[in-house]
Amino acid sequence: MNFRWEWEVFLRDTGGGRTYLEWLMSAWGWTLSVAACAWVVALVFGSVIGTIRTTPSPWLVRIGNAWVELFRNIPLLVQLFLWYHVIPAMIPVMKDLPSFVLVVLALGFFTSARVAEQVRAGIQSLSQGQRNAGLAMGLTLPQTYFHVLLPMAFRIVVPPLTSEAMNIIKNSSVAFAVSVAELTMFAMQAQEETSRGIEVYLAVTSLYMITAMTINRIMAFVEVRVRVPGMIGGGH
Amino acid sequence: MGNLDLSFFTWDLVSKFLVKGFVFSVELTLVAMAGGILLGTLLALMRLSSFKWLSYPAAIYVNTMRSIPLVMVILWFFLLIPFLTGRPLGAEWSAVITFTAFEAAYYSEIMRAGIQSVARGQVSAGFALGLTYGQNMRMIVLPQAFRNMLPVLLTQTIILFQDTSLVYAIGAYDLLKGFETAGKNFNRPVEAFLLAAIVYFVICYSLSSVVKKLQLKIAIIR
Repeated sequence: MNFRWEWEVFLRDTGGGRTYLEWLMSAWGWTLSVAACAWVVALVFGSVIGTIRTTPSPWLVRIGNAWVELFRNIPLLVQLFLWYHVIPAMIPVMKDLPSFVLVVLALGFFTSARVAEQVRAGIQSLSQGQRNAGLAMGLTLPQTYFHVLLPMAFRIVVPPLTSEAMNIIKNSSVAFAVSVAELTMFAMQAQEETSRGIEVYLAVTSLYMITAMTINRIMAFVEVRVRVPGMIGGGH
Repeated sequence: MGNLDLSFFTWDLVSKFLVKGFVFSVELTLVAMAGGILLGTLLALMRLSSFKWLSYPAAIYVNTMRSIPLVMVILWFFLLIPFLTGRPLGAEWSAVITFTAFEAAYYSEIMRAGIQSVARGQVSAGFALGLTYGQNMRMIVLPQAFRNMLPVLLTQTIILFQDTSLVYAIGAYDLLKGFETAGKNFNRPVEAFLLAAIVYFVICYSLSSVVKKLQLKIAIIR
């Protein structure tokens, strides 16, 4: 076996007026933007669904549970194909949406089920007394949620949300299946065009790891800043 | 809406396109589960070892696998196995090796938590009785660890079953590919993917209900 590194491959022209390095960087940008936009979708829907699962209304709880079961029990890639092939066929307005938006929706909704689980667990970890105290003070149920329960719950769920944020970076790799030019798509195409798979894959893999590590650091910073004094690990 | 046509969905189609893919998905899940739990247990024992030359490599392996997207791991193995052995390997076999190696990292974290959930006194009692490390692990610690972690191991297996759909990246013929091929052949991709989602949902939802019941059962006995 005689293998020689050929890192120069990244300086080669892709035939489209840019080098593979430039393409790699733009692919990294796509990965970051898919993950970031999906994260926003996941946080918004996950928070709402997670919260309504802890309300006293059985109907809201049922809707929340159904949401979580639906998005947890279908593989992400199949969900992506649903958004890409099935939903536009049923809702014609969605026909003109670019793949990017569909991937963001698919990944965001998929992750929202996981976020909802964490938010629900966070709210339920608070003592029942907090809710009762809020209601006894004369706050309405929504007020109790906004001023008493949610501010605590959201600070408690930061650590589990960190791992979800890192997962969303990894999961954004399924976007290759609908031809969004993100890192995995770049890896597959550049490997095919240059036959320097090892160099290409190493570069892509390192970028994924760097991204995950950066998110981990950012979330650790957030965690310290929002720590609840007096709670476990919260200092004093 | 309203123009879904499921008439193409016949027994002929099921036997021609879907059975083969379904069988492969299940085989891949079962083999990767068995191999992954076996390798994962070994990795967990290595990580908990007091020898650094055992615990470090295991930690590096597990953390690396867990920080790379599965699709990239699938692509890596598909590239590296023929490169190292010198002859091409089919996408299906490549998938089996990849999933076993990849899932081992996740199962090892579960087994590690399981081993650590066994009370220290049990280990000490085993040693006090004169059992060797191997005997202690095999007869005292691992059976309890395994039992404590059974629901989590099974939940991971459901995730593994869902993840098998990612062999799409190397073109292996699994359940999803079966639906896709059927959809292409009958020019009915919308219905095919909708059915695929329903089938995956039914399988995963029923399995996770079973795991939930099992969890309650185990909790009562303990």
